[in-house]
Amino acid sequence: MNIAVCVKHIPDPNVPPEMDGKYLKREGVQGVLDPGDEFGVEAGLQLKEAHGGEVTLVSMGPAAAQEAIRRGLSMGADKGVLVTDDSLKGADALVTARVLAAAIKKAGEFDLIIAGVESTDGYTGTMPATLAEFLGLPQVTFAKTIDIADGALKVNRQTAEGYHVVECPLPALLTVTAGVNEPRYASFKGIMAAKKKPVETWSAADLGLSGDDIAIKQDVADQTPAEERKAGEVITDDGTAAKRIADFLQEAKVI
Amino acid sequence: MPTIWVYAEMDNGKLDPAALELVTKARQLGEVEAVVLGSGATEAANKLGEYGAEIVYASDDSVYDDYVAQPHVHALTELIGENAPDMILFAMNYDSRDIAGRLSARLGSTLMSNVLEIESVDRAKTAIIGGSVIVDVALEGSPKILVARAKSFVAEAVEGGEATVVPVESTIPDEAKKAKRVERHEEAATGPKLQDAPVVLSGGRGLQEPDNFKHLEELALAIGNTAVGATRAVVDAGWVPYSYQIGQTGKTVKPSVYIAFGISGATQHIVGMKGAKRIIAINKDEEAPIFQISDLGVVGDALKIIPQLIEEVKSRKG
Repeated sequence: MNIAVCVKHIPDPNVPPEMDGKYLKREGVQGVLDPGDEFGVEAGLQLKEAHGGEVTLVSMGPAAAQEAIRRGLSMGADKGVLVTDDSLKGADALVTARVLAAAIKKAGEFDLIIAGVESTDGYTGTMPATLAEFLGLPQVTFAKTIDIADGALKVNRQTAEGYHVVECPLPALLTVTAGVNEPRYASFKGIMAAKKKPVETWSAADLGLSGDDIAIKQDVADQTPAEERKAGEVITDDGTAAKRIADFLQEAKVI
Repeated sequence: MPTIWVYAEMDNGKLDPAALELVTKARQLGEVEAVVLGSGATEAANKLGEYGAEIVYASDDSVYDDYVAQPHVHALTELIGENAPDMILFAMNYDSRDIAGRLSARLGSTLMSNVLEIESVDRAKTAIIGGSVIVDVALEGSPKILVARAKSFVAEAVEGGEATVVPVESTIPDEAKKAKRVERHEEAATGPKLQDAPVVLSGGRGLQEPDNFKHLEELALAIGNTAVGATRAVVDAGWVPYSYQIGQTGKTVKPSVYIAFGISGATQHIVGMKGAKRIIAINKDEEAPIFQISDLGVVGDALKIIPQLIEEVKSRKG
């Protein structure tokens, strides 16, 4: 079974984000493989171990996004593809999905495309569905469990009030939640092996994309600081905090 | 006058209340029309009319209940081709995200997510960096596709509002019947619903183990009319059901009082509770970002404070 896993290189979420003019600063900041994507990589590796085949990592981003791919390779993925192009800087979700779709088509034939449900930096949360449509594949999103048998996926899909069991024939696109598995750590051997694994780098032109295909149709016109909620009093519990909270609840007339 | 469409999600015969919020907002932007697909749609169309939709395209076909996203995109694409709306609003729900995402590719029209405010057909706002920066986004193309967070707008009925219901008669091709819902499981908690409760108690990793959620439930009972929620981290860890989740993925709550127990305040969580009238946070780490938006912050051990608070509340309520 051949699997493509979409991965994103994002500014380290443990470091306070900085702005670069109108946009989130992405270059020259410490970057990591999006923690949400580790679950996608792990899901791909587990399916490969159970059913055979290869795991290919696909990413779009600045040259530094290589690091995210290397990290996935050191976990055990077989190869990587990075689409990097100055014209893609600031790409919106539609352009991103179009580029990833073209890269996946060029990279080979896949039975399953895996992505995280949303990126940790952008939170758009719709890119995988857009990608599925470009690829002409059905999508099964928010997977909490994954089973594959007889050429079909069976997934417990998270919903607002519980979960649905969704079945879908392959090929398909799948998005995984952070509860789906426990991502493995890269071993030293894995890290060394990753250095020798192939990573292709493609430009937009290599994918036959130009002009309107990659034109950004959504732009930040202005940005302003949000009306801050003022931080209130912070106390250290000396054994009376419960009383203070109860006072607060009484003032708020909820008890 | 621009035409604004609202995609109203049906969940197993029930209309998503966020659709009424979107219809109310859409009235300020132009002529309002809605699309509602799946069992119960025709009945829901009347409700959408009461909130200001003038035309509602509706189909009760169960194909929209059984299969995820693709049939809806097929029907929407046909309807959009015939009627050319200027903007389509979706609520940030599980199914609607998939439908909006696919529609964006199908129409070649870009999508804006996490919308908090819509100024006009070509301007909308969202927040980034944990809600600390508001960005004003210029939108191009037609139709614009917007996905808005629940509770961004307040639903208000229109006096004598009534919709003309137009039946949707799309024939869904077999290639759009792939991802099939075969079972539905609800894991609803007892007590008031998270989205409606005036008091919400929410637990994070700081509660240390799943069993400790029982103490939160006990405190909720003591306060009364109180719901219990959780962060994504503990939901993903399987401590409590998904239905507890508050945040980006999960529910948006705006209670009168929100108490965060052992929650550090990741962006993912903050966006789902920042609208609370009053916020109390208890966390061992004095640097926890949640304190920056709290009206009362307590640096301390939630596990120690919860039982004390249960006693305190019980004694004050007599």
